[in-house]
Amino acid sequence: MAMLIATWKHCVYVFSTGLEDEVDTFQEEHERERHRGKRRDGERAKKKKRGNGEGRKRASRAGREEEKLQARREKKGRRKKSSSDQEAEGREGDEADQPTTKSSKAAKTRKNVKNEKTRKVEKEEKEDEADDEERNRKRKKKHGSNKKEENVEDGNTVKEKAGEVKKKKHKKVVETSSEKETSEEEDNEEEDSEEKEVRPETLTPEELEMLKEAVDERKKLIQGLRGKPWAMKKKLVTLRESQEFVDKYEGALGKGKGRKLYAYKVMMTKKWMKFKRDFENFKTACIPWEMKIKEIESHFGSSVASYFIFLRWMYGINMILFCLTFGLVMVPEALMGRPYGTIPRKTVPRAEAPSAMDFAVLWDFGGYAQYSVLFYGYYNNQRAIGWLKFRMPLSYFLVGVGTVAYSYMVVIRTMARNANESGVGDDNSFNFSWKMFTSWDYLIGNPETADNKFASITTIFKEAILEEQESRKDDNIHLTRFLRVLANFLVLCCLAGSGYLIYFVVRRSQKFALDGLENHTWWERNEVNMVMSLLGMFCPMLFDVISALENYHPRVALQWQLGRIFALFLGNLYTFIIALMDEINLKREEENIVKFNITTWEASHYNISASENSTSPPVTIQPADVPRGPCWETMVGQEFVRLIISDTMTTYITLLIGDFLRAVLVRFLNYCWCWDLEAGFPSYSEFDVSGNVLGLIFNQGMIWMGAFYAPCLPALNLLRLHVSMYLQCWAVMCCNVPQERVFKASGSNNFYMAMLLVILFLSTLPAIYTIVTIPPSFDCGPFSGKKRMFDVIQETLESDFPAWFSKVFSSASNPGLVLPFILLMVLAIYYLQSTSKSYKEANVDLKKKLQTMNNTKVEMVES
Amino acid sequence: MGTTASQLGKDMLSEYQELTFLTKQEILLAHKRFTELLTKDEKDLPNNRVPMERILTLPELKSNPFRKRICNVFSTSEYKDGGLTFEDFLDLLSAFSDSATLEIKSHYAFRIFDFDDDGTLDCGDLEKLVNCLTGETDDTRLTPEEMRQLINNILEESDIDKDGTVNLSEFQHVISRSPDFVSSFKIVL
Repeated sequence: MAMLIATWKHCVYVFSTGLEDEVDTFQEEHERERHRGKRRDGERAKKKKRGNGEGRKRASRAGREEEKLQARREKKGRRKKSSSDQEAEGREGDEADQPTTKSSKAAKTRKNVKNEKTRKVEKEEKEDEADDEERNRKRKKKHGSNKKEENVEDGNTVKEKAGEVKKKKHKKVVETSSEKETSEEEDNEEEDSEEKEVRPETLTPEELEMLKEAVDERKKLIQGLRGKPWAMKKKLVTLRESQEFVDKYEGALGKGKGRKLYAYKVMMTKKWMKFKRDFENFKTACIPWEMKIKEIESHFGSSVASYFIFLRWMYGINMILFCLTFGLVMVPEALMGRPYGTIPRKTVPRAEAPSAMDFAVLWDFGGYAQYSVLFYGYYNNQRAIGWLKFRMPLSYFLVGVGTVAYSYMVVIRTMARNANESGVGDDNSFNFSWKMFTSWDYLIGNPETADNKFASITTIFKEAILEEQESRKDDNIHLTRFLRVLANFLVLCCLAGSGYLIYFVVRRSQKFALDGLENHTWWERNEVNMVMSLLGMFCPMLFDVISALENYHPRVALQWQLGRIFALFLGNLYTFIIALMDEINLKREEENIVKFNITTWEASHYNISASENSTSPPVTIQPADVPRGPCWETMVGQEFVRLIISDTMTTYITLLIGDFLRAVLVRFLNYCWCWDLEAGFPSYSEFDVSGNVLGLIFNQGMIWMGAFYAPCLPALNLLRLHVSMYLQCWAVMCCNVPQERVFKASGSNNFYMAMLLVILFLSTLPAIYTIVTIPPSFDCGPFSGKKRMFDVIQETLESDFPAWFSKVFSSASNPGLVLPFILLMVLAIYYLQSTSKSYKEANVDLKKKLQTMNNTKVEMVES
Repeated sequence: MGTTASQLGKDMLSEYQELTFLTKQEILLAHKRFTELLTKDEKDLPNNRVPMERILTLPELKSNPFRKRICNVFSTSEYKDGGLTFEDFLDLLSAFSDSATLEIKSHYAFRIFDFDDDGTLDCGDLEKLVNCLTGETDDTRLTPEEMRQLINNILEESDIDKDGTVNLSEFQHVISRSPDFVSSFKIVL
């Protein structure tokens, strides 16, 4: 037997010399960790130990069944003894539970010495029995595979107890903390652990698979750990142990030949995980204004914060739009297009030149600003510009289309995601429970907001109970009805009045424009924008007063209010557009006259030059002197830019006067006033989430509408949003009080998105209408000289693509193909909708079944 | 461990990141805020436990009606006094963080609402819960009649197996359908 042990050791030596150092350091590390773990976790370790001993025994028993060799059996016996020893050890583990690092180190050195000794002996043997070497190797191989199997089984038993993965560690605790063990047994243990490291290549593929599975199991456990509602200590212990297990076996799995790929993959996944985590950290660090928003969130709850999150989201979208227009339209034209002053459309006309640099003119976006890349008219219709052969008109057109397409995509995607998150939004079956369990907003950190929240929750409860009882006494239903009709009538009057006012003002401004702007005052020149902004400011207040008549539930009242403001804004915008259309028609008539004049002017010029000596150099005409058309596109762009500017100004000014000045007055006049200003009439203003969101949405609508004719609009809007972010954050924190009625953010989120989608649709309508139906001006813009703006696509198809491509394109746009395609899409929508309906029904059915099942169960238990 | 008083170790930090839903910056911020709660001489001791009274001075928890329950649920203290170690504190922030899953949030919400720690929400728990939500003042309190009605309605809706209490799985079922639980069950430093 001694001989066998010796040969056994020898084999191990042969295979493990190279790895010994590595293993040693590895074990040392484990020991260190174990000690750390132990200090924390003494109690649990005790409990687990017993289980471990049993598991081990089971494993060795299983191994024994396959055992054939005599030596192996003998060894087994010993092993069994040792494991039962360990069990005993485990029972009396209370004393051995706190092993010092010193003692285990001592044990280690002893082992090393022992190894040295056996090695010497083995060397002698080697010389004597060279023949035996081969046999030994074979035998050892067999041992190895058996051993490995045990390991795998170890892993499996562990797998069975997934979640309670303490085994590895405790085994080791037993191994080294027991100083009572004989040195032989110690050696055995040593070999055991070394072997696990060394010989995975002797495994059969199935075993390997099993081991891999065990490792994967652990990895999954590690990943899912953060989602487990355990205390941190438990999670930490589990993490460390699983990590240890994974490290150990992963290392083993990666060592054989042909498994390099596996090792490489493991390494890469590790690196990838780390990278992903770092990237996540980086990403959250990159989100702008996160801290600002969180601060507001903790003061005012999630609804006010939702406005700022919406603002930030808008900023992101506008950033993309800005990059598109700036990178693909403005910069190429400025760098590669013909420079300023070379052709008439890029030059300030002679008549306007003296005042072109005045601030008043520039502020109105006339003069040099008008004849620059900021507006449509500046762009040349040259097909390809610069050494890159950049297709300017095509790019201009595609950017215009891309802007709209991108906006649609983002809005719809966000809506879908919101809808997903909120799940089945219109499910009313848990009305009370939701009010109870989810009504507190944990973000509220301000006592005042908390008081408001308490009050609003109480009213919500009371209202819900009342509704449930349906004993709501209507004091005078006829009076209420009459008042509601009256209120709606008043609101309609307001809307019609504001529409007429805008139409009137726009028509008047056209008259002024025909007279020449110089003869009029500042007010007369800016009448349109000012009137629109003022209406937008005062009408909502009026609506608020009117809605007091109606006596609605506050939530319903808010929806009415939002709907009315929406109608007002929309009406204003569309009146503005209709008036603008009139103006476009006027300009086009003017254009026809100019066109006629130009032909006569050119003819006269030609005559002059022809009548002179033909050899003399032709008279060079300054581009500034060439007569030109009115260019309605630039006019539209200018109108929108002015609108945005005045809108921004009024927003900021109302913010400063309405919020800041009011807060200052209330605060400081309160010391010398006859009533309490803070609690009484003016008090501090609340932050009006819905009004602000609506303002933002309409602002965005104007951008979408005007961006095609004024490429500078996204840039301007970006600036505006950036300033608003800081200004409003500051205003909210310093001069607003929390809302009296705290509304939840999530309920309204998709409501706002839906409004944005409607606005997007409504604002692309006029833009597309003008692009498709009105021919472009003859002497300005990238599409001059074409019948329609979209002709640029056809032109590109014909000249830049091979012939077959345009053929395919034209046959694809054949109505015979398009109509069936549309039909197919409609059918698909119908199909999806009906399936979703049936899913909903199935849901309800399942719920009913669940209830009846439980009822029968209860009955069975009772009977 | 025991490094809470000094700077966090690098490997500890990465382990905490692995085990919580917090990012590195958030953990560091939490650590900063936590050490601010410690007194001078406590800072040198390893494994500190900050008593509940001092935790509740955090502005994020100050006006929360469930603040004491939150401390009790996340505390691992043997004396059941609601004191939190740094790791308990991290657990708290992780459960209340932006990216925590619905499961973990609803689990802890259930334990917070379970005032007597018996594993189910019975009438007593629900009554306490309503009282927490409506505030301490008398004018916002519900009358006993209203309270009875409300609790009956809630049990009718969410007590699927009709045993008179709401257990964890029923609670999670109800919560998982709610549109705004995840967005409001949040605490940020």
